[in-house]
Amino acid sequence: MLILMVIGIIILAPLVGGLLTGIDRVITARMQGRQGPPVLQPFYDVIKLLQKESIAVNLTHRFYIYLSLFFVVLTTVVMLSGGDILLAIFALTLGSIFFVLGGYSSHSPFSHVGAERELMQMMAYEPMVLIAAIGLYYVQGSFFIKNIIGTNTPAIIYLPGIFIGLIYILTFKLRKSPFDFSMGHHGHQEVVQGITTEYSGKDLAIIEITHWYEVVIALTLVFVFVASKSTLTVVLAFVVCALAYFLEIVIDNAFARMKWQFALKSAWLITAVLGIVNLLILSFFK
Amino acid sequence: MNGITTLILFPLVASLILFLVKGEKVRNVLVKLFALVVACMTLIVTFQNFGTGNAYSYQNEEVINIILMVLECLLAGYIIYLGIKNKKYLVSVFAAIQAPLILWFELTQEKGLEVENSIVFDKLTAVMILIIGILGSLICLYTVGYMKWYHNHHKEYKERKSFFFAVLFLFLSAMFGLVLSNNLTWIYFCWEITTFCSYLLIGYTKTEEAKNNSFRALTINVGGGLCFAIGIVLIGLKYKTLEMSVLTAIQPDSAILVPVFFLCVAALTKSAQLPFSSWLLGAMVAPTPSSALLHSATMVKAGVYLIIRLSPFLGTTSVGAIVTAVGSITFLLCSLIAISQSDGKKILAYSTLANLGLIVICASVGTTESLWAAILLVIFHAVSKSLLFLSVGSIEHQIGSRNVEDMDVLLKVSKRLSLYIMIGIAGMFLAPFGMLISKWAAMKAFIDSNHILTVVVIAFGSAATLFYWTKWLGKIVSNANLKKFKKHTFFIEEEAPIFAQAIIVVASCLAFPLISKYVLMPYLKEVFQTESFVLIGASDIKIMIFMLVMLIVLPISFIPFYKQSKRRIVPIYMAGENTGDNESFYGASGEVRQVELHNWYLKDYFKSTKLLFWGNLVSIVTLGAGIILLIGGLAK
Repeated sequence: MLILMVIGIIILAPLVGGLLTGIDRVITARMQGRQGPPVLQPFYDVIKLLQKESIAVNLTHRFYIYLSLFFVVLTTVVMLSGGDILLAIFALTLGSIFFVLGGYSSHSPFSHVGAERELMQMMAYEPMVLIAAIGLYYVQGSFFIKNIIGTNTPAIIYLPGIFIGLIYILTFKLRKSPFDFSMGHHGHQEVVQGITTEYSGKDLAIIEITHWYEVVIALTLVFVFVASKSTLTVVLAFVVCALAYFLEIVIDNAFARMKWQFALKSAWLITAVLGIVNLLILSFFK
Repeated sequence: MNGITTLILFPLVASLILFLVKGEKVRNVLVKLFALVVACMTLIVTFQNFGTGNAYSYQNEEVINIILMVLECLLAGYIIYLGIKNKKYLVSVFAAIQAPLILWFELTQEKGLEVENSIVFDKLTAVMILIIGILGSLICLYTVGYMKWYHNHHKEYKERKSFFFAVLFLFLSAMFGLVLSNNLTWIYFCWEITTFCSYLLIGYTKTEEAKNNSFRALTINVGGGLCFAIGIVLIGLKYKTLEMSVLTAIQPDSAILVPVFFLCVAALTKSAQLPFSSWLLGAMVAPTPSSALLHSATMVKAGVYLIIRLSPFLGTTSVGAIVTAVGSITFLLCSLIAISQSDGKKILAYSTLANLGLIVICASVGTTESLWAAILLVIFHAVSKSLLFLSVGSIEHQIGSRNVEDMDVLLKVSKRLSLYIMIGIAGMFLAPFGMLISKWAAMKAFIDSNHILTVVVIAFGSAATLFYWTKWLGKIVSNANLKKFKKHTFFIEEEAPIFAQAIIVVASCLAFPLISKYVLMPYLKEVFQTESFVLIGASDIKIMIFMLVMLIVLPISFIPFYKQSKRRIVPIYMAGENTGDNESFYGASGEVRQVELHNWYLKDYFKSTKLLFWGNLVSIVTLGAGIILLIGGLAK
């Protein structure tokens, strides 16, 4: 039973992630007055990439991508099966670090710059993600997602500030403007392809699939704040996720990329202020 | 003569013998032998006493006390003389106040005080002596290899290897005495001996910088020793006891917080928390084995060990809040400063300061959960950090530099050394290794006890931590081309301890559920009279063990793919045409330009001078507030 669920998550999550990516591209295109690709375009892209020759700059840098995928998949499985959210965040950090190390290991200039920037993005959003998990534990009494969403009140009632902070750093996690300075998803990148510069073919396909999992993980974090025992809140949670995703698309199209200095300062400031204020107010009631 | 006494005295004898033996080959054999003996004795003593613990006093303690008193006077006299001779007058002042004070106390008041148990061995003692004995002996073994090349590379330093080894073993003896003693005056004596050993080792190279730094360490730590002495005298006068175990059983009230505060200040100086951190940063000029042994794995742990023992008085009291604040400031600021450092040893030093700050926070929060985290942090930090220092020492030997920027050739120089340092770095912050588990436990412990600001501090500190470790890892996996390279032997005496410590890092992570069940829970039960609790659930532990196994299995499984890879290897993309060596490209007008890749150091944000200034200021104000609170508490 458990095995079936795990396999189901491993297969379905990237399909959902890919679909969401495709919807993203269509909506973005319409906002820009274009027709846009078919909704299934990300899948066509990955299939095409898998068929292309994979060239490399050395024999080892691709293995970091496989390691990254493994731990990102592990994170998704832990989260979607209701497991420990803090463990999931740590596993995700591990996966992300392997992705960064892959960028370093090619010893290539644009890849190196992209890797540093990716690491900077991680440093910018990590405090908020940790505080979100801690906040959820504080109000719902458990780190386990199945318990967090199994209570009577949705967490967002007690954690509005932290939720807003989470939406702010969602832009980092979904790799959207203004905080997408480590790699170019849409080809408008001043460091060529940034951290993914030296990847091609099958490896690039795997990176793409890893990002689909990450989309699902990011939206799950949002979901967990709104869902609770009653079915109404679960439906509401899906709606909020959709709205948050749409908001991110709007922000992506509305803003140009910011420099890393602004990204780091703003993320940390917002995390500190919202995190401390929200948790302090809660602690008075405990 | 029982095992415990032998354990304390044997390294002392070893020290004397090594000091006298001048022949290199004989001395090296002796060091290896003695290190092995120390390690074995540690294991034996642990097995003998672990189950039921042990507590006793010696027959002729009068004689021991007199010997210690004489030695203290001699040491104090020597320190006063050193201070005056080298124009570092502050340390002479500290020693001149401290020695008469403790002498007066011992000669007059101490007579009436019964000491029931001068030696106590409980589970915490077991943890500490294992760290001292096992890591200590491995580091002594490493020193044999290290010293083989150190003076060849540094012909300007005078060779005093016998002296160095002698001080290392003297230090081990003092550390054993410190953690095994229950008599506060004995702990104090061993504390001062470790201070003196640190002074001797930092000044080993006898350069101007080494001399200044060794005196800074001596001054700050003797100042801490003075606070320790004041604490002992106050406790002896008012509460009529010299025993740590009796002290910690007293109910906390405003009066006892005063000596506890002094003891905590002593502990904070020993563990180099802000504002006392400058000595540890300066200690990095010493040869690497002393950095590994004293300034990361053991001596600085003596300070946090004392705070862990005093935890019943911390928690929600004013002293507890102040110590937590100091720890938090140190943890946050030192994590940020480490980002701006490129000297490998400086990064390790700031990381040590930050992690000691975290242990201080855990110990001073004082709940069962946070103490569980504190002791785990002590274990995992000691193990990982000593591995890192030893690796950096050997890397410096191999590539001639300990700057992170030069370590991108490491994979081509020595694959094994790269692997060891990667394990060390991973052990410091990555899931599923021990430090991460401990940080996890710490976060949960803080939020459970409503320490909101501390939790936020950990979140930010963790983010900074992952940044500077990963960028160091990035340099190591870079696999840059090696230019002209003079091969240096990686001595077996260097590699064997590094290898052993790498195994210990991995094994201790796998074994942590056992450590929790058989060591930590019984200890916490004794101290707090609570039942066992589960901090990290069984399902989580299973997933983490799975992650660790995968981290080992997956890379190994890639090897066949790596070996028969038929991929087309292409040059690196440089936006100008790559000249073919992957290091340079044809720039404008056909000129060949080199590519240099450097890490980010964010010196505009995290410059050490600026942050240390603010950190020192805020922590001094905090300590001052602590004193005011204490006086206020007494006045009530």
